[in-house]
Amino acid sequence: MAALTGLERVPARAAGPAARPRPWRVMVFVPAAVYFLVPLGASFWYTVYTPTSGLSFSAYGELITAEGFARSLALSLGLAAATIVLVLLLALPAMLAVRLFAPRLRPVMEVLCTLPLVVPPITFVAGLSTSLRVGVDVLAPTPFWGTLIAVQDPAFPLVLVLAYVVLVLPFVYRSLDAGLRTMDVRTLVEAARSLGASWPYVLFRVIVPNLRSALASASFLTLALVLGEYTVASLLGYEPFAVWIVTVSGSKGQLSVAVSILSLLLIWLLLLAVSSVFGREKRK
Amino acid sequence: MNRSRSRGWLGALPLLAFFALVFGVPAVALVVGAFTVQGRPSLTNVSQSLQGGYLTAMIGSVRLSAVVALLGAVLGTFLAYAIVTSRFALLREAVLTASGVLANFGGVPLAFFWIATLGNSGVVSGLIGLPSGSLYTFWGLVIVYLYFSVPLMVLAMAPALDGLRPQWREAAANNGATAWHYWRFVALPVLTPAMLGGVVLLFGGAFSAYATANAMVGTVVPLVTLKIASALTGDVLIGYENIALALSLDMVVVAGIVMAIYLPLQRRTSRWLH
Repeated sequence: MAALTGLERVPARAAGPAARPRPWRVMVFVPAAVYFLVPLGASFWYTVYTPTSGLSFSAYGELITAEGFARSLALSLGLAAATIVLVLLLALPAMLAVRLFAPRLRPVMEVLCTLPLVVPPITFVAGLSTSLRVGVDVLAPTPFWGTLIAVQDPAFPLVLVLAYVVLVLPFVYRSLDAGLRTMDVRTLVEAARSLGASWPYVLFRVIVPNLRSALASASFLTLALVLGEYTVASLLGYEPFAVWIVTVSGSKGQLSVAVSILSLLLIWLLLLAVSSVFGREKRK
Repeated sequence: MNRSRSRGWLGALPLLAFFALVFGVPAVALVVGAFTVQGRPSLTNVSQSLQGGYLTAMIGSVRLSAVVALLGAVLGTFLAYAIVTSRFALLREAVLTASGVLANFGGVPLAFFWIATLGNSGVVSGLIGLPSGSLYTFWGLVIVYLYFSVPLMVLAMAPALDGLRPQWREAAANNGATAWHYWRFVALPVLTPAMLGGVVLLFGGAFSAYATANAMVGTVVPLVTLKIASALTGDVLIGYENIALALSLDMVVVAGIVMAIYLPLQRRTSRWLH
């Protein structure tokens, strides 16, 4: 805590008449660096050192052969891919249509795409699991019953894909909205249409190439979110990657910390990819 | 005109239908279930969810989120100011990138990081002789939650602080204002909407966090998300699922109140800074 309280004295210093108050900046950066870097270092040390066996990188080697690692990671990647495809297929046409033909729907879209941020995921799961349970009872005599069961197939739980699409919708919406702002959608579409292009042609050969960076960043954000998602999956009883880490942490502490370090690296790489995609676009 | 409007609906329809099915149906199920006991309409769930252990958990969650939001906002703002005014472009870039990564670094891995650092067999807790179990307390959670909250605040405040024009400071100085006057009457009023917006973001993040708390404290610290999870999965007593729904409804109400404060403020932020 000492590291944190060090920051609070700053305003008195900052308010001083000196044009470039340097000492207070040091007093901000040093405690902040300690607070943010120590857990990184400590976690790494935790994974490579044990008092009994000394230094060893076996936690990282063990990872690949660990029971359930490949299965849960494959499931998470599959879920992420399906989520990316579905959310883009749903969001992009809707946003284009609203922009071109129905500007009055725009506030509706904005509210819909903000709601999942306001509603805590755990309450969404509570509602979702209840509707699944009740749905199975209510739909039992109809053919939809089979659909509802198939959606919950543990081998590839589509219900998670549906839930994740809702959860990532706000991020995808913002990302695509930013992309669409950078171009004159109406002129592009009208030009393409008046030259005889069909609607699918307009979408895939005119709009999508112009939106490449926005689509890429939306996909990366979705990937990062789905790979780390724990709440929905664990409460609906599935075991993708994040849930597996918790399961394995009981017996293999070092392994779970090693995975945590790797997942931090992964987030960093994904965000780097997002920013470099955007950076390249800007330079053009 | 008519044709184009129908086209607008056609493009938006799949998303709207999807949303109604996947978000709307659970929302209705949540509200209906919260007011139902064994098939009959009743207020028992909701009143029970505001009593005893459930009330304690709700208060605990709100208190934790409020502490994290306020501490995170203060610390994050100073860090952001230190970065924005820094002359070292490289440091600035590095801290902003790191903030982007850490703000997105929540959930289970975050819990394991801190367990490895300050947990009972953690690396640092051994060095400083931390008593066993110190991390698995209210303040332990605050420290852990600040790990993503402070970077989030930095990201929220950096653009606003960047928007403070040096001319404002000069104009204030020319009119005889001291540094204190400048901060009190010029900078802070301009920054206030962004800061309050950041506080709300931080509150929401801490309030709805479940994975970190679950992996770290289990049920040691009473939090509403943990209660919902155990009512949903653990307790098989009939009717307990509906308690989970009532608790969820309470959470949505709290989150909704917080958002109702946030949205108008966010609109005001953009007035000065563009």
